[in-house]
Parts: sequence; structure tokens; C-alpha cells
Amino acid sequence: MSAPELIPTLTVSDDFRTRAHQALGDQQLRNNFRSAMDSLMAKRAATFSDAHEREHLRALGNAIKARALSKLPDLLEQLEQNLTRNGVTVHWAETVDEANGIVLSIIRAHEARQVIKGKSMVSEEMEMNHVLAEQGIECLESDMGEFIVQLDHEKPSHIIMPAIHKNAGQVASLFHDKLGVEYTKDVDHLIQIGRRVLRQKFFEADIGVSGVNFAVAETGTLLLVENEGNGRMSTTVPPVHIAVTGIEKVVENLRDVVPLLSLLTRSALGQPITTYVNMISGPRKEHELDGPQQVHLVLLDNGRSQAFADSELRQTLNCIRCGACMNHCPVYTRIGGHAYGEVYPGPIGKIITPHMVGLAKVPDHPSASSLCGACGEVCPVKIPIPSLLRRLREENVKAPDSPHQVMRGQGSKYSRKERFIWNAWARLNSSPTLYRLFSLAATRLRALTPSNVGPWTQNHSAPKPAARSLHDLAREHLAKQGERR
Amino acid sequence: MSAKQNILGKLRNSLTGTTPIVDNFDEALVTEPYTYSPEQRIPQLRKQMEAVHTEIHQTTGQDWPALLARLLGERQLPSLLVAPTTPHGQRVSQYWAEHPGLPTLKAYDRPVEQWKAELFNDTPASLTTTLGAIAATGSLILWPTREEPRLMSLVPPVHFALLKASEIRDNFYQVQQEYAWAQGMPTNALLVSGPSKTADIEQVLAYGAHGPKDLVVLILEDQ
Repeated sequence: MSAPELIPTLTVSDDFRTRAHQALGDQQLRNNFRSAMDSLMAKRAATFSDAHEREHLRALGNAIKARALSKLPDLLEQLEQNLTRNGVTVHWAETVDEANGIVLSIIRAHEARQVIKGKSMVSEEMEMNHVLAEQGIECLESDMGEFIVQLDHEKPSHIIMPAIHKNAGQVASLFHDKLGVEYTKDVDHLIQIGRRVLRQKFFEADIGVSGVNFAVAETGTLLLVENEGNGRMSTTVPPVHIAVTGIEKVVENLRDVVPLLSLLTRSALGQPITTYVNMISGPRKEHELDGPQQVHLVLLDNGRSQAFADSELRQTLNCIRCGACMNHCPVYTRIGGHAYGEVYPGPIGKIITPHMVGLAKVPDHPSASSLCGACGEVCPVKIPIPSLLRRLREENVKAPDSPHQVMRGQGSKYSRKERFIWNAWARLNSSPTLYRLFSLAATRLRALTPSNVGPWTQNHSAPKPAARSLHDLAREHLAKQGERR
Repeated sequence: MSAKQNILGKLRNSLTGTTPIVDNFDEALVTEPYTYSPEQRIPQLRKQMEAVHTEIHQTTGQDWPALLARLLGERQLPSLLVAPTTPHGQRVSQYWAEHPGLPTLKAYDRPVEQWKAELFNDTPASLTTTLGAIAATGSLILWPTREEPRLMSLVPPVHFALLKASEIRDNFYQVQQEYAWAQGMPTNALLVSGPSKTADIEQVLAYGAHGPKDLVVLILEDQ
């Protein structure tokens, strides 16, 4: 008897369906995600114990983001002016290649060899680690979860908890193998190992890279939230700080961040606030004794302006990257983050990724949803994710010659056969004559219906038309009633 | 065309014919549930900060240097980083002068480049003041200065923070308004709500990730 085939934890297929199947068969992965998501959902629920406050706060969060988007170009210019006045250099990039080029040119100008990075999903969009490594520049992740994932040559599986797919035993083995330390499953001990290794890197690094949670146009302030202190380290210790962010992160006023910050940390982690809220408004001033000598901000488009062009899809850009939608998603919980194969997994990934990489590259993303609505219900800025998923499904089956071009790669699932069938189905249900003929045929020829109807019959019995249609039975019933009278 | 022009051009084009959404910010939402009486402020702050392992002592403007010396002794800390030119730094220096044998005092009085290795490897504790605190979330407000630079509250594994009870505010919104932050922010402003922590491995909470492992707050009740 041959040994049972092992299912690899790492994704090996470039096909979403195959990866999803592999993940579903990985019991360890499913246990890790199930317990983590249950815990994150419970924490969020506990911190939003007052439903009245929560709903009003969500409405305010939505209004603030909608207002910011309604004047986005002006706010971006105001942000740039204020940051420039504060001494920060602002760069603009339409594509990830342009953004990487900007980062590389700053690194080269300082002849830097070592980069330390706080957590940044935009830098993941850019694949910055990879790009810099190709140029012989070390780019090390300093968030504990990101550090673990990078050490194992993986990508984050969750936007807030990058190493959530691993348990302590797996991290223990990884540290033992890669760092040559003693095997220990004690989490405190594992974190102290990470602290020791990374402290040395903060000390040595020439450049610090971070993301941005909110960019405040009014004051020219970059606001970063975190619990570990690696964000403060990355933005304060190295002589140069480069922040990378998407163009949708700008808010109008400083006071706007009060509710957004509360919504973000409570939705993401169930915390009233993170340990550190770091507000950066410029580089080290002449009389100051520490802080970076230079601060750069790279504003990245990467498909965001495409989402912006359509007033419905524009709501995608409300996102404050809390991850609550994935924590509450029955699909994400079962397949994990890697199955999606892109930077942003889960519900938010399904609606933002198509703008970044084109719908044709991720044709199954909009349909990998049961449309249960949980993501839309928990979203702190009220993005109607289920409606946007349905909209993307529509865009995905548009005929190629459609005059209305909404997004790159639209119509990638268009099929003439499928379109013909749906048109026929619509005719059938809107014409009484055709409908009667159809039900007559279906009931009389019921013996001929197939017993195997694809995926449906894997878990269900095959549908079989009844011997007589409801119309037929109702007619007979009414006729009998007439006789009795 | 530059990237900036292209991006702004696309965005402006998409907004053609639209009007900006009016600002209807409802401040009551972020203030009313987070308003406290003067008696409630310290207990509320303590509740939030102690929930995330902050050590808090209530003391007075007179007694805090002695308390600080005792806490340093209990932890067997060999030295303390202070800002000797500030009023509270002078209080420490004075107390230390009167009580020989206390841990060595060090000053952050030169650019970090000149003593980075010592700061990272041989500076076990620091004392900074705070601009105040926020009771709602249990957060200290820090505006690093030349005397108390940014890394002073970050790199040493133990951070002692002085907080005047009269400077505890109710919520973040109130702080922004009262201090008129929108009219001018320092190069770096911080809210610190506990010692550094992470739950990145299996959601298990561990303290002392990259910043201080211990945050000790001395509340001066009479100030």
C-alpha cells in the first residue's frame, strides 16, 4: 500500500480553485484559522458592546471617507503642500514599478545596503523585498508576524496578522532551523528571540520603510498605529524614513482620525487603541537629537484611480485595512489567506485586487463568496462589499464588445454559450406559452433528466421534476372546489 | 506628463460634475460616551492602562523622586536616562545628590549618532515627562523635544513616565481641540498606551516586542 499523498501547506498551484481545494484539505491550516478568527470576532464584538454607538460610529466613518474621496485630488495636493512645508519630500507613482524606482533611487542616493521595514501592505503590492533583494539590498521585515513569514519565504496570509496560519510549534521549528536557536514553543521566549535579532537590525539599518494608516491633509501628518514598537523604530532610528501609501489614505482634518482610529483598532483587534499611535509631521529639526534626517512619502495609485472612476466601485477606497471582513468571512476562514494568491485576501481582496491586477488575472475572486453579507455588516466604513462583489461578477461576464469599459480585464468570464442559456431562460420565464410548453415537457420527460449534474450532485441528490407541475395541480384543485359548490 | 499630473487628472476627470460632500462631523459621537468627572479620570485611566500591563503609582509632587529611586532599586536597574535640564530632571539630580549610591544618571544630551551603541546596549531605563493623558483609551501623550528626544521613550527596556493628574483629559477629540493640534503639530507626536506588545504568534499576547517591556507611570495627584 502506498503512503497517503501529502498535501503541501505552501501554495503550489497558480489556480485559485486548486489552491482552495488544497487549503480545505489541510486540517492544521483550518484549525489555525478557525481558532484565530473565532478569537478576533469575539474581541471585536466585546469592544463594540454598545450597538447604538457602533452603528453611529460606522456611519460617521463612512461619511468621513466619502467626504475625503469627494475632494480627493484637492486633499492630495493640500497634503503634499503641508508635508513639503514640514520638510517631507512627496513622490507620486502610478504603478508599482514607478514606486519601486523611487524607493531605489532614494536608497542609491544614500548608498544604503540595509533596509528595515515596519508593516506595510502597499510595500507588499510593490513586492519591495523582492525588488530590493535583486539589487543586493537587504530589506528585512520587523513586524513579528511579517518577520516570521519572511523567514519562511512566504507571503502574509492576513493583512493584520501576517503569520496567523502558523501555530507556535511551526514558529518554533522555523526559528530553530533558520536562526539556530534552541527549539521552544514558549511564545514569550519566541518573541524575545525576534526582539534580539531585530534590535540589531534596527541599530544597523540605513533606511526605514513604513506604511501609513491615515495621512492628514490639514496638518501634513502621517499617522501610524501599531502595538510592537517596530513602526516607531523603523521610522525613528534609521537616518532616512520612506513611507509608502495608497492615494486613498488621505483624510481632510486631524479630527477625522479620532473616529477612524477608534473604528480601526476596535474592528481589527478589539482594542480601544493600539499601544502606539505615531504621528509624524516631518524629519528631525536642526536642534533635535534624533529622528530621521529625511522623510519621504511615496503616493501610489496602482489601479486605485480605476476604482475611483466609478461612483459605486469608488466605495472600495473607503477601506481602512482593518481586516474585520476577512475575520468574519466563512470562505476566508476555511481556505486561509494564501489560497487567494494575491496581496489582499478575503472580501476586501476580492474587491480591490481586480483593480490592481486586472479582473482577468483573478476571474474567480468575485465569485468566491457565498454573499452571506457578514463582511458588509462588520465593515467599519460601511463598504457594501456584497453589492460590489455582485457588480464585479457582472463586469466579469460583460461581452467583450461592450462599449462601457469599467475595468481592466473585464468580461474575462464571458461565454457565448452561457449567455445564450441565460437569454433562453429569461425568455422561458417571461413568455406564458413557452413556460407552459417547458413545464409540460419537464414533467412528461422527467425520467430522462440526468442523475449526475456536475458539482451539485457531489453533495446533493439530483434535481428531478415532479410528475405534475404546481400550475397543473392548482388548476385541478380549483376545478374540484368548483364541483363541490 | 508626470505621474502626479496623470493621477490628479484621472481623479479630477472622475469627479466632473460632482460636488464635495459637506462636513457633518458629529463630535458628540466621539466625546459624549467618553466624558468623565474629575474623580473618574484616574480610575478610568488606570483601568485601561493596567488592562495592558502598565504599572501605575499614584504619588505627589513631593514624593515622586523617592518612589522612583525605590522602584529602580527593586528592579535592580543600574542606570537611568534623564533630561537633566528640565525641571523634573533637576528634581531627580537634586534627590540623587542627597542620596548617594542610587543608580547612575545618564543624559541624552548629544545626537543619537554619537552614542547609538550605548543607547541600544547599555541604557536599561529612562524617565520622561508627558504632555498629559487620555482617560478614555488609557493613553499617555508624548511630544518628544530636544531635551527628551523620540528614542528616549522607545529604546530603553523600562520607561518611567511622569503624569500630572490635572493634565489627564477625557478623550482624544478634546485633547486635539484644547491644545489646538490642527494649528501646529510637532515633528513627532505620540500616544503611548502601554508597554510594547504583540499577538502575532497564535494570538498569544506577549509583552516587550520591540519597545519597552515595562511602562511605569507615576501620577502626581497634587499637580
